[in-house]
Amino acid sequence: MSLTLLNVIVAVIIAIAFAALNAAYLVWAERRGAARIQRRPGPNINGPFGLFQPPLDGVKLMAKQLLIPGGVDKVLFMAAPVLAMAPAITSFVTLPFSDLIVGHNMHIGILLIFAFASIGGMSLLFAGWSSRNKYSMMSSVRAVSQAIAYEIPMLITVITVVMIAGTTDLMGIVKGQMGGFWHWNIFPFKAGLFNPLMLMSFLIFFTCSLAETNRAPFDLGEAESELVAGFHTEYGSMGFGLFFMAEYANIVIGASLTTILFLGGWDCPFGFFPGVWWFLLKIYLLIASFIWIRWTFPRTTIYGLLNLSWKILIPLSLFNLLLTAGLLKVF
Amino acid sequence: MSTELILSAIIFIGLAVIVPVLFVATVIFGPRLAGKVKNEAYESGVGNVIGAVDQKFSVKFYLLAILFLIFDIEAVFMYPWAVSIRQLGWFGFSEMVAFMLLLLTGLIYILKKGVLNWR
Repeated sequence: MSLTLLNVIVAVIIAIAFAALNAAYLVWAERRGAARIQRRPGPNINGPFGLFQPPLDGVKLMAKQLLIPGGVDKVLFMAAPVLAMAPAITSFVTLPFSDLIVGHNMHIGILLIFAFASIGGMSLLFAGWSSRNKYSMMSSVRAVSQAIAYEIPMLITVITVVMIAGTTDLMGIVKGQMGGFWHWNIFPFKAGLFNPLMLMSFLIFFTCSLAETNRAPFDLGEAESELVAGFHTEYGSMGFGLFFMAEYANIVIGASLTTILFLGGWDCPFGFFPGVWWFLLKIYLLIASFIWIRWTFPRTTIYGLLNLSWKILIPLSLFNLLLTAGLLKVF
Repeated sequence: MSTELILSAIIFIGLAVIVPVLFVATVIFGPRLAGKVKNEAYESGVGNVIGAVDQKFSVKFYLLAILFLIFDIEAVFMYPWAVSIRQLGWFGFSEMVAFMLLLLTGLIYILKKGVLNWR
């Protein structure tokens, strides 16, 4: 018991360090990527390629005043950024980076991550409600309705993976895909199982993880042209910093989950030298595609966004689940 | 299993202590100024705040929240079935198919009722 507790504490500290480092340098990558796509230099003054920009930004955020505007609900106002950050870090503890590098493997890993993701949705509501600002309020209503709308197809789609793996243990799901890319869940020919529907599962899951992390083209909660800055309009200093860190931590979690569920986790595509480097390569390729998509597609409307989930993705994922279950039974 | 849940609870409570340390840092390093204008809600540089906070929202957002509860619980209900689908046989499969078809009918009913017809 005590040894397990020590393991978990060490894992939490490593998870916080990993999340903070990723948040800092993904902001840099995002700004450089955006600049490249828009044909401008981007941050390039501080250090080579602007690499010293993130730590300096962090120092600047810390040196700003933690302003609590008049009229806000102070408890909820301060609780919201913590509630955004804490579930993101906790999810890292259960993610298996390789068969050795995992904070605390759980049998219910995937359910735990979804449970914590829902708590992140609550922080959006707290932030918007407590700010006493009409932009924050509108944004939080939008962001929460978006988060809950896309959680349903995500949950239903993951059931197809759980059926094939026969477990909700993330490590077990990866171990079912070892031995080359033809064993990965995304590809139709698995041993003793022909399933052409997994590509659709992958596409639904990828769309939903874009929407769940509030990324463009689904960033209606933070539409700058309509809502100033969204639910964190009234936040400055570290309150804003925590929201930002949580957003990028959630992107890393989304990419990691996609990798674990569909792309074989730490498995090598050609069946030799599996290890954590393959996992990192896969998640950073996915994150690069997230950034690419963000700066390529225009923002949708809130109606189009909710209709896409309720009218297309949910029926599609239900049919997908039914057909996959049938296929599993027949073969 | 219960040990794991307790551990997760410990992590969560621990984080609620660790993360505010960043807040403490910014309180120490940051300035502490206050003023009437500084404490006002943000309004794009316009002098006075325009419009109320407690404005009305489309009732559809509430409907969507209630619908979410139904579908979310349904999805979680399917997880134990999904884990043991290979052992359940055709009987378990057909029962879940009936359940899912009922839910699909419900979704079609909702859409026909115009819950998602905006404007």
